[in-house]
Amino acid sequence: MSVVLLEARNIGKRFGGVQALKDVSLTIRAQEIYGLIGPNGAGKTTFFNVMTGLYPRDGGEVLFGGVPLELDTPYLVAQAGIARTFQNIRLFGNMTAIENVMVGRHVRTHAGVFGAILRTPGQRAEEAAIRRRAEELLHYVGIPHRANDLARNLSYGDQRRLEIARALATEPQLLALDEPAAGMNATETVALRKLIEGLRADGLTVLLIEHDVKLVMGLCDRVAVLDYGEKIAEDVPGVVQKDPKVIEAYLGAGGD
Amino acid sequence: MSTKKWIGLALVALALLALPLVLTSVGTAWVRITNLAILFIFLALGLNIVVGMAGLLDLGYIAFFAVGAYVYALLASPHFGLHLPFWVILPLGALFAGMAGAILGAPTLRLRGDYLAIVTLGFGEIVRIFLNNLSQPFNITNGPKGITRIDGLNIAGMDFVNTHTLFGIPFTGPAKYYYVLLILLLLVIVVNLRLQKSRIGRAWVAIREDELAAKAAGINTRNMKLLAFAMGATFGGIAGGMFSAMQGFVSPESFILHESILVLAMVVLGGMGNVWGVIAGAMLLSFVPELLRYTVDPVQQMLFGKLLIDPEVLRMLIFGGALVLTMRFRPAGLWPESRHKLEMSENRS
Repeated sequence: MSVVLLEARNIGKRFGGVQALKDVSLTIRAQEIYGLIGPNGAGKTTFFNVMTGLYPRDGGEVLFGGVPLELDTPYLVAQAGIARTFQNIRLFGNMTAIENVMVGRHVRTHAGVFGAILRTPGQRAEEAAIRRRAEELLHYVGIPHRANDLARNLSYGDQRRLEIARALATEPQLLALDEPAAGMNATETVALRKLIEGLRADGLTVLLIEHDVKLVMGLCDRVAVLDYGEKIAEDVPGVVQKDPKVIEAYLGAGGD
Repeated sequence: MSTKKWIGLALVALALLALPLVLTSVGTAWVRITNLAILFIFLALGLNIVVGMAGLLDLGYIAFFAVGAYVYALLASPHFGLHLPFWVILPLGALFAGMAGAILGAPTLRLRGDYLAIVTLGFGEIVRIFLNNLSQPFNITNGPKGITRIDGLNIAGMDFVNTHTLFGIPFTGPAKYYYVLLILLLLVIVVNLRLQKSRIGRAWVAIREDELAAKAAGINTRNMKLLAFAMGATFGGIAGGMFSAMQGFVSPESFILHESILVLAMVVLGGMGNVWGVIAGAMLLSFVPELLRYTVDPVQQMLFGKLLIDPEVLRMLIFGGALVLTMRFRPAGLWPESRHKLEMSENRS
């Protein structure tokens, strides 16, 4: 349990005059569910974007399994084993659900132009395997009946699930979910929670940004709190909840 | 496939094979027009990879056609005294065009939409202006005068200029080109369809839909975009080579911006991303103006007894009007990609 999977060291990110992230360091252990919380604008999503290489960083590095991630090339981050979802769902809207998941297999497959044009036996076998795996994953997240529908026509909850399926298709070790419960109703949130617990049971490590404090506190093994781009706490939920700095960040300074 | 489908396919094949013979009886000009239409289908299918699948708006696509055409012209004409066989030059032209595609792609990787369109437009003009001016200090392209007396095709000792009679049926030069083009076209369609339903094709569409998400999902967007540019350009290069061989003459004038826009219009009108739609669009925009060319004049003579409006003007007017109407009433194209069709249908949950 205590093997460190990801270690972020002194991550800094500045947008013009705004210091969005200031020397953020955190460690995520293998097979834990790690929560990242904080008030709006605290820098949670920015941290995600830097960590997955979508934003250039101003300082620091991220070690994954002890090896520095090549943050300048996002697809190498995915190849290394980090997959993510987006706060405002980003699916390939005009592709079907199953095609979305099949795209996720891209990084683990190899067929090139000539294989595709000549339909070599190797390419056909790989293509069949991609489709099979995609079907399994749609089943896993619970939307096998939507396989041939356009992603944009799926319901909100199903789109969230589809995004997770696409992320899982890249065979990640660490799955980073950016506010997966945002906009979900109570039933959907319960189902999501089961899904995340199932992922961990299957050996995955989960990094979770979430506003739903109840969900985070109930689900996560450890939680880090960001405020104005700085980490102000990192511990098990019970301790973090009682941390005066955290209470202040969320509720404002008490007293006067 | 069912028997019905096979019979249908056989009938289409038979019709395609008999087409030049029928057209020859109407006039050899129509065989030439058909051949040019097939070349435009080539170009439209190539551009479809770049614009339709990968979503990269390219306004200078005709430059790759030009590269293919000039590679052929320079290596098979008295200009340099070189007369290499077509099966060497055609692939060479495709290769050069593909490389030109990658060269255009490399600096534009970070651009999208309007900005990309402007850069590609500039690229197309640069190629044309180069061809226009590379006559000094060394005469490479012969400038605006172009290159003449380009060798035609010659397969197994059979030239493509004279008429050959086979089984009592006369095959004219253009008719013979038609059959070569038909074979090439078949290959190009198969390549397009197979790419579309492959790992590569999915990656292209993913980039078109959401480049950032595609990156995060593990797609090497840089390489995939370069590949799209290079593949599209390769098709253009092959078409260019055939164009040189058929016409026997090339000059920079054939590769103006108007041509790039025409090919783009074919892709958009037919239905971006759908191979069959793009083919339909290319045929429509190739044939309709030609039909108008032959009908506008006689119809006016018949109605008014004299020519009121110059056929060329009216032709472009009707042509433009038709384009506007199509875009107004069928914005996704005449024959849209099935994905877009799904998009229009109701949510069936």
